[in-house]
Amino acid sequence: MGKGIGTSHSHESAIGHVTGQAIYTDDQRRLAGMLHLWPVQAPHAHARIVRMDVAAAAAVAGVITTVTAADITGVNNIGSIVADEELLPIDRVSYWGQAVAWVVGETEEAARLGALQVEIEYEPLEPLLDLAEAIAQHSFHGGTQTVQRGDPITALAQAETRLRGEVTMGGQDHFYLETHASWVIPAPDGSYQVYAGTQHPTETQAAIAHILDIPRSHVVVTCLRMGGGFGGKETQANLMAAAAAIAAQKTGRPVRVRLNRQQDMTMTGKRHSFLAQYQVGFTHEGMITAVDVDLFADGGWSTDLSPLVVQAAVLRIDNAYYVPDFAVRGRVVKTHKVSNTAFRGFGSPQGVFVMEEIVERVAHTLGLPPDQVRERNFYRGSGETNTTPYGQEVRDNRIQRIWDELKTTANFEVRQGEVAQFNATHPHRKRGLSICPIKFGISFTSQTPNQAGALILIYLDGSIQLNHGGTEMGQGLHTKMLQVAARALGVKLSRFRIMPTSTDKVPNTSATAASSGSDLNGQAVKDACDGIKARLSPVAARMLDLYAPEELVFADDWVYCAGQPDCRVSFDAVVQEAYNRRVSLSATGYYRTPNIYFDKETGQGRPFYYFVYSAAVSEVEVDGFTGTFKLRRVDIVHDVGESLNPLVDRGQIEGAFTQGMGWLTMEELVWAADGRPLVTAPSTYKIPTISEIPEQFNVHLLTRASQDGTIYGSKAVGEPPLLLAFSVRQALRAAAIAFGETDWVPLASPATPEAILHAIESAKSAASVSVKSD
Amino acid sequence: MLETALTLTINGDRLSLDNISPTLTLLEYLRQSGRIGTKEGCADGDCGACTIVVVGEGADGGWQYQAMNSCLIPLGAMAGRQLITVEGVAQGGLHPVQAKMVELGGSQCGYCTPGFIMSMFASYYDGQRDDLAVEGNLCRCTGYLPIRRALQSLQPVDAEDPWQARLAQTDADGLPALDYQGQGQRFYRPTQLSQVLALMADHPEATLVAGATDLGLELTHRRQQYPVLISLEAVEELHGIQPAATEVTIGAAVPLSQIKATLHGVFPALDEMLHWFAARQVRNRATLGGNLGTASPIGDLPPVLLALDATVTLASTAGQRTVAIADFFTGYRQTLRQPDEVIVSITIPKTLAPGATRRLSQSYKVGKRGTDDISIVAATFTLDLDEHNTIVLARLAYGGVAATPVRAIAIETALIGQPWTAETVQAVKSPLHNAFTPLSDLRASAGYRRQLVANLFEKFFYESASLRSTS
Repeated sequence: MGKGIGTSHSHESAIGHVTGQAIYTDDQRRLAGMLHLWPVQAPHAHARIVRMDVAAAAAVAGVITTVTAADITGVNNIGSIVADEELLPIDRVSYWGQAVAWVVGETEEAARLGALQVEIEYEPLEPLLDLAEAIAQHSFHGGTQTVQRGDPITALAQAETRLRGEVTMGGQDHFYLETHASWVIPAPDGSYQVYAGTQHPTETQAAIAHILDIPRSHVVVTCLRMGGGFGGKETQANLMAAAAAIAAQKTGRPVRVRLNRQQDMTMTGKRHSFLAQYQVGFTHEGMITAVDVDLFADGGWSTDLSPLVVQAAVLRIDNAYYVPDFAVRGRVVKTHKVSNTAFRGFGSPQGVFVMEEIVERVAHTLGLPPDQVRERNFYRGSGETNTTPYGQEVRDNRIQRIWDELKTTANFEVRQGEVAQFNATHPHRKRGLSICPIKFGISFTSQTPNQAGALILIYLDGSIQLNHGGTEMGQGLHTKMLQVAARALGVKLSRFRIMPTSTDKVPNTSATAASSGSDLNGQAVKDACDGIKARLSPVAARMLDLYAPEELVFADDWVYCAGQPDCRVSFDAVVQEAYNRRVSLSATGYYRTPNIYFDKETGQGRPFYYFVYSAAVSEVEVDGFTGTFKLRRVDIVHDVGESLNPLVDRGQIEGAFTQGMGWLTMEELVWAADGRPLVTAPSTYKIPTISEIPEQFNVHLLTRASQDGTIYGSKAVGEPPLLLAFSVRQALRAAAIAFGETDWVPLASPATPEAILHAIESAKSAASVSVKSD
Repeated sequence: MLETALTLTINGDRLSLDNISPTLTLLEYLRQSGRIGTKEGCADGDCGACTIVVVGEGADGGWQYQAMNSCLIPLGAMAGRQLITVEGVAQGGLHPVQAKMVELGGSQCGYCTPGFIMSMFASYYDGQRDDLAVEGNLCRCTGYLPIRRALQSLQPVDAEDPWQARLAQTDADGLPALDYQGQGQRFYRPTQLSQVLALMADHPEATLVAGATDLGLELTHRRQQYPVLISLEAVEELHGIQPAATEVTIGAAVPLSQIKATLHGVFPALDEMLHWFAARQVRNRATLGGNLGTASPIGDLPPVLLALDATVTLASTAGQRTVAIADFFTGYRQTLRQPDEVIVSITIPKTLAPGATRRLSQSYKVGKRGTDDISIVAATFTLDLDEHNTIVLARLAYGGVAATPVRAIAIETALIGQPWTAETVQAVKSPLHNAFTPLSDLRASAGYRRQLVANLFEKFFYESASLRSTS
């Protein structure tokens, strides 16, 4: 029947979005007596706090109190996996903009004015800001993570050709349109109702319980919806929620905090910038025989999720390529910057960045078309050539199939000729065309979070509340969950009300992250629906005078006997009868991903439940005078399995590609020499607008793509398409190279017009040098 | 008729506000009054999440729906106006722009969506169906493709459309004069230049404001207090565009979008720069006088005016004077304008230099992002050529390379009498490269700016073959 599944159902809140009726955390009706927070932010990247005097703030009209480390009744730490992150500093600030105190006011304006009066004396200390310098000083969070197959050092020594290189890539601000917001409402019994824009309500609940030293049962965290997350609200929301909780505990009044854009951009973590050093060995035909890589991620001042980010980079760096002898080592570098965090792709884009750089350089060095070198090195066949360096077989390998299909739909070969023709006749403008593949393993790389829960409540009028552990940040998770529930229960989607994600409905949830929202919660929702059906079936069978309840079909709001659709009873009637017969009408559901494991010590295992495959072709035109470019056309073939909702999946692919393109071309984080962030607003931090989107943007969902063992054959979609934007970066490089006669030019990331012009100049000067040497 | 109450109409409700600060931003007012559909994404005029629609006068004198950023508008500026917010768009059922956005997946997280809806609502009645309709709205989720599909699939406005009818019924009266006081802040909106000058004399501490796209930032970011604001929006003498045979005079308080529409095709360099100037929501408020008055070294329009030998007319109680734009900028954010003066108008001559038979003139702007970004370097070039292709007049004007918008005068002089050829361009490239000593900042290095100073002129040469010359 597939009612609901596979259809392009609009986002469940779409009407709320377009009418302004969809409510976000800080849109709720203000509560009587509500207080407001404003942070006091450190004006140093690294300093000792000599003295702090909050008395003057209290003298400001409307200021109620100030929250500092001294007000914490529990443990002053919100570190996610390592307890190294003070919520409020005791004697030392570790990044520019760190919240040293929060002023609590009757109005936001009073709190702001109060914050200006807080007197803090600092003793500035030398900040460590540069990634390379921090590495040189052995400033790290934790140890090295390694994945290795074979003996790359020996293989490099034996390789026909070797190259060595170093690349760096900048980070990225999430720039969700809704900045961080939390409301904490204390109750007289010592419990707290929290509304927070958090991708991980359970962790926000835990952080508050920890900070206030109360049981988690006394904290309910609810996420209504988020105006974008992208990983930026996975751990970062805890900072604001916990600060508001302290203020609520101290005053007994409801407290709200909402960061303005500048506060959000200076106080919360971003995508990690990386530095990578690599060696590659390869044959004259472009077969890569050995790769050895060191990855260094700028973790910032505290650990946060950084070791997991590096683990993801280490596990996904191989992308679609088989390399016989492969070693990758990853480390988190400690600097005096904001603590970097999860961001769509979670280290994987940075890892794949390096591999794509290597493959591209091998191709250009040999004078071979990069697409051919890529294809030659694909995972293929069976046995070791189709097995990752960490020992997982690339099952259901669809790389070649997607590649061939994309080359056809994008008319790749013909357009290669057209680009060459254009470049031959245009001295001041050059085009570049590039095709890049993606293989992306799906699961949280640690085993534990790969679980989910759901709760379904049926009322006697037949209306249904659906709860699950995932949060909605625009990705369409709730829409898909409604579709899953409607299909599983055989009822119309309009019966359901999807409930705000709340820790009192589904406990101990995982973050909505790692692209896993639909995979995990979808199975849990289906499990809950199956549980209810198992209870309703005997009731319906009795109503229909049948003896085999297992043969009943639930579909279109009816319950009927298989093969006898006329022998039926309405779902509503079954619900009422179940109640009359004292049968429970609510059920929990639960799921854990089977058969995944990874041994961090050996770097071997089966960390991923399955792989997502994709590829993209991008064509750019670069202006030789300015380095500015126009993205002319994008073609994508993407594997989402059997799509639960093509409209939602397409939106994820297009949006992720655009976000990746922004990261790689225009979104540049800049700091002053003293560690002050210079990019704190959209006037200085540029994300793509509609004008950067090519007129031709063709997305094809791979057909005949159903995946075994997933919810209705679907696959995860959130993160992998972000990596497709490497096709833009490589096309830009190809265009830059076309200005000269050289085989290779370095290209900084992000590839801003300045960076592109620099690459063009390099290509031109390399060409003139080689002409001279002839 | 002088109004002392702050009255405005929001979604058809006529409101009379008192005891409210006229410098509260419209966005703050909307959200504080429970109209939470309008969102704050940046309070910077850059993301468009706070976009609302105001019924405003179009270039043809008729009423139109104009999208604006509510985060940059002091509430006082909305006195006497009709506003529509996202809550008011659906009437009985979804508006066509809403229905298309729902159907085609134009919203994901939904936070930017109200702003998109308002931009699309305005463009729906303008007949605009291309990307420019939403160039001033950021979306971080969709990659814009479904929004583009929604725009492109909109039908022409139905003859029965109630919103269209409402525009036709709007009163033709201009903005009323206003003298409003609230929360210790005073907001004047005179209608005559003489009144402005008198108010300035009475209130030396007063700040002049037109579209408030710059002052709005001071309100939202730096929480600057302005005890007395004098709005120039309703001043008759500061409005109007007078095209004559030899020159065009533009009122200092004319919004840029009106200049763009009225003068389209007259000055190619102005057309080009206005295209890249911020985004529609800002152009609907920002004025030419404001762009000159703030004297930003990276303002986009000064290079255009420098390259076209514009003049600026200023008025004070002592009378009027006209100064050359080349003399107007005196230092970093400083101009010839005296504290008691008002910029009245800007005049751009259309005549070629004596002996010239054609003119090549074009503008260039390079930013980290092409659209809606602050310039790394902006440049406008004007060359008047005689029948032998010899340069008779040269203007090379730049923004972003010095403390003020500036011309490369030595290069201009060197070009006079030279043929307009690749050799001539090559000969000045190196001196151009060293013409200025720009700074490195978060947008770009000094070295890149130097490269652009020279390269943009070379780009102008190679593209000038396809440029339309005016004669």
